[in-house]
Amino acid sequence: MITLILSNLSVNIQAIYPEIILSLTLVALVIFDLIFNKQKKFLPLISIIGLFFAFIFVIPEFGTSRSAFPTSENNSLLSIDSFSAFFKGLIIIASVFVVLFSMSSNEIKSCPDRQGEYYSLMFGMIIGMFFLVSANDLILIYLSIELLSLSSYVLAGFVKTSIRNSEASLKYIIYGSTSSGIMLFGISILYGITGSTNLFEINSVLGFSNVPQITFLISILMIFTGIGFKISIVPFHFWTPDIYEGAPLPITAFLSVASKAAGFAVLIRFIEITFAESLSKSGFWQLIPYVNWQNLLVLFSIITMTFGNFAALWQDNLKRLLAYSSIAHAGYLMLGVAVLSDQGLTAVLIYFSIYLFMNLGAFFIVMLIANKINSENIDDYRGLGYSIPFLSTSLAIFLVSLTGLPPTAGFIGKLYIFFALVDAKMIVVAIIALLNTVVALYYYIRVLKVMFLERTDKHVEIEISPLNFVIILALLAPTLIFGVYFTPLVNIAKNSIQLLGF
Amino acid sequence: MNNFPILSFLTFLPILGMIIVLFLPKKQELSIKVTTLVITGLQLVLSIVLLMNFNYSAGGINDPNSFQFIEKFRWIDIPGFSWIGNIKIDYFLGVDGLSTPLVLLTAIITFIATLSSWNIDKSIKGYFIMFLLLDTGMMGVFVALDFFLFYIFWELMLLPMYFLIGIWGGPRKEYAAIKFFLYTLFGSIFILLVMIGLYFSSMETLVDGTKVFTFNLLTIMDPNNYTPYGILSPLNPNNLRLIAYIALFIGFAIKIPMFPFHTWLPDAHVEAPTAISVILAGVLLKMGTYGILRVSYPIFPEITMSLSWFIALFGMINIIYGALAAMAQKDFKKLIAYSSISHMGYVLLGMSALNTMGISGAILQMFNHGTITAMLFLIVGVIYDRAHTRDLDAFGGLGVQMPAYTGFVTIAFFAAIGLPGLSGFISEALVFLGAFGSGTTRILGIISTLGILLGAAYMLWTLQRVFLGKLNEKWKSLPDLTAREYFMLVPLTAIVIFLGVYPTPMLDLMNASVNSMVKFINNAQVFYSSLNSF
Repeated sequence: MITLILSNLSVNIQAIYPEIILSLTLVALVIFDLIFNKQKKFLPLISIIGLFFAFIFVIPEFGTSRSAFPTSENNSLLSIDSFSAFFKGLIIIASVFVVLFSMSSNEIKSCPDRQGEYYSLMFGMIIGMFFLVSANDLILIYLSIELLSLSSYVLAGFVKTSIRNSEASLKYIIYGSTSSGIMLFGISILYGITGSTNLFEINSVLGFSNVPQITFLISILMIFTGIGFKISIVPFHFWTPDIYEGAPLPITAFLSVASKAAGFAVLIRFIEITFAESLSKSGFWQLIPYVNWQNLLVLFSIITMTFGNFAALWQDNLKRLLAYSSIAHAGYLMLGVAVLSDQGLTAVLIYFSIYLFMNLGAFFIVMLIANKINSENIDDYRGLGYSIPFLSTSLAIFLVSLTGLPPTAGFIGKLYIFFALVDAKMIVVAIIALLNTVVALYYYIRVLKVMFLERTDKHVEIEISPLNFVIILALLAPTLIFGVYFTPLVNIAKNSIQLLGF
Repeated sequence: MNNFPILSFLTFLPILGMIIVLFLPKKQELSIKVTTLVITGLQLVLSIVLLMNFNYSAGGINDPNSFQFIEKFRWIDIPGFSWIGNIKIDYFLGVDGLSTPLVLLTAIITFIATLSSWNIDKSIKGYFIMFLLLDTGMMGVFVALDFFLFYIFWELMLLPMYFLIGIWGGPRKEYAAIKFFLYTLFGSIFILLVMIGLYFSSMETLVDGTKVFTFNLLTIMDPNNYTPYGILSPLNPNNLRLIAYIALFIGFAIKIPMFPFHTWLPDAHVEAPTAISVILAGVLLKMGTYGILRVSYPIFPEITMSLSWFIALFGMINIIYGALAAMAQKDFKKLIAYSSISHMGYVLLGMSALNTMGISGAILQMFNHGTITAMLFLIVGVIYDRAHTRDLDAFGGLGVQMPAYTGFVTIAFFAAIGLPGLSGFISEALVFLGAFGSGTTRILGIISTLGILLGAAYMLWTLQRVFLGKLNEKWKSLPDLTAREYFMLVPLTAIVIFLGVYPTPMLDLMNASVNSMVKFINNAQVFYSSLNSF
């Protein structure tokens, strides 16, 4: 089992400064909430300060490649590398936005006395994700997933008085605990076969000795189930629409971006480290052929995006529609992983950074509108383009970007996925993915149609506070700028694909 | 003059106008309209300046040195990917004899469409913002020489067009708008795929000797730049060039629109407001054929050669099918829409001939069809504004009631039929001369002449139903043309008559380019057949 070697404790502690800061922020939030019971408005401020300092300590992690908390001479629990730093950066940006969203959410405001709980649980999620993206030991992966999940179960049902919230939370617990149970079972089988939970050690065992094929495959599929649940790919997606619709909107946005990012990070690390055969110079990964990852991932991603897109066609609730669209996007992202090359990995990172802004933007505007009209039904959006032009136009831009039309950033994300696919000569897959875009256009444009093409006498007025205005602009700017000038984004992404040991 | 980035100005002036309109208050309707008119007017002036400084002897097509008004700099420059070279995208604009007539056409049509938009009555600000965005997209397509840039402009047009049809259109506008959008997006995904495929098949040699993949259309056209293993490289024995050609062709054919991808057009035209119909028929349809001539022909010359019979066949089907369908219409606008399909068939037929006559005829027909159809749609708009119906059988005897209007209609109709002395005649004659001159397309060309007959039949029949005979009492009070309508119709009529009597300036404009294209395709044939021999 795991035996920590604690000879160089101070060095190891330094490696997890960001996580320590986040934990301290969590503690600070709880204590502040206990002492200054009436000063709720400082809680978001403390959260943002905590995130800011965590970010400062994440920045130097770019370009480094080191391990922390060794369990044996060569292996360790955590990898601190550019790849994890990239995802930590994404998670922090998403968290800052979600904290800001929560400040104007009516749902969150409806529970004024439990604000402290809300923000500290959110930090529980963030800490879980931070460990998840750099973990290279299955036990740590499992524990981080549990920390992430347990916090998000509570947050999904945060508004206790809302039946919808409670239902979402209950469903989430049932699905979530089942899938993590399956994952844990898979991990135990894998441990039984290889005698280790460390990804690097499993890798060397696979390289030098034969393992029973069927049992091994079953254990891998079980672990894949647990991760697949987090990134909500078909057929592990059943929770997604219900929870996205039921949970408070900031939490939905958070789940759809940050928690999915962490899930993808762990999937990529799991595949690349466990199955790497040799150091590859060509950019295409050489994997140990126990599992045909390419076919498996292509199959899952095509099913996921096709199902997500077609199911979204019939949705009347915008939150549900965005839930299915996020399933479809998970499919596109998975295609980038399925290429099994550095090119594909770069595409995934680019896609994720863009997806973060456009998806958060879409959810934020849906939230602002829902604050006022108390509905997320597409039919209630009729004619909104004329009564609230700024919000509607912004939503339109986010949705067009989600569709992937130039000159928005969403196009660049898709373009890089297709670059990777064509580079790997996976033309048929590329065609299927492109045809999916046409399907996606239909339901995204339907929202635009209702807002702009249909008219109503009902007049809705929404006042946008200066803060919310700035938030929207901060989300719009990258969505538009990265569409025409994406050099910096691609540079960051391609410098961040370095995993520890590669 | 040499350093003035005239093409960038032509392309991005509308964006500037869009920003101005964006900051104008909603109530200032007149200033919004005037801003747009000034911007499109400036664009027209710039395009005439362009024409006056144009060097008629420079060929263009595949030769980077004979393109004119070139603007080129690195737009995206990402070093590093060791295994795929560097990603570089150029901001590369330039014109030759193929694009200049269409730049001119776009400027003219947009200006006239702005005038025609004067009676738009709801959400004026939104309308003109979308209108100007569309303008940038159209101009950009005709001047871009980098495939990536071309594609961005190509896609940029979709969304404004969707809203222009969808918000300001007729009763079934939502259906028409989404149908247009889905069809064209479906087409452009094929263009995108071929674009990426070509990117990985061709390499540009930089000044320092390193080779990088490229989107530069002119580099891709040069057979010497192909990589040995690219999926669309002729050097690769397992290449997918034929499939890519067909995919690219479908992508462009949807825009033309070519049978059987034409069904979006009648719906879009019928529902779109007059000004948008004018733009759609006048400029947007030309993009399909322009794309084929600019991209497919020089990049895949050997496949163009071997498939030219099929292109001619589809041209013939378009001509005859469009004419027959037009004859069956009861809606004035739908009739014009189908006549457009028929007339775009001539363009396809002309370019399939692959000789100087045919390709000149095709380009000239693109220009002429742009002006003539714009006139026809304006004419429908005039009568619809007054009578609020487009039912051909509801009219009769309007010739007495609106004599000036009838005069313009007659000129436009006769030009569309191809009566000698009007511009339509010259281009159709050239198309047929070209088609007869080429062995592959001769028979199809002969069958296509039937289209002229059918064209005359439906046009004259319409003329008779609407303008001759006894005046329907209901229309006794219809006023004749207003000053604004004169202002829109007179310049177009002048162009139609002028190019009918004296087409030389236009033919001179494109001559060098057409010759170099024909020469390039025929020479390339030698290169590609040498590849097959070993």
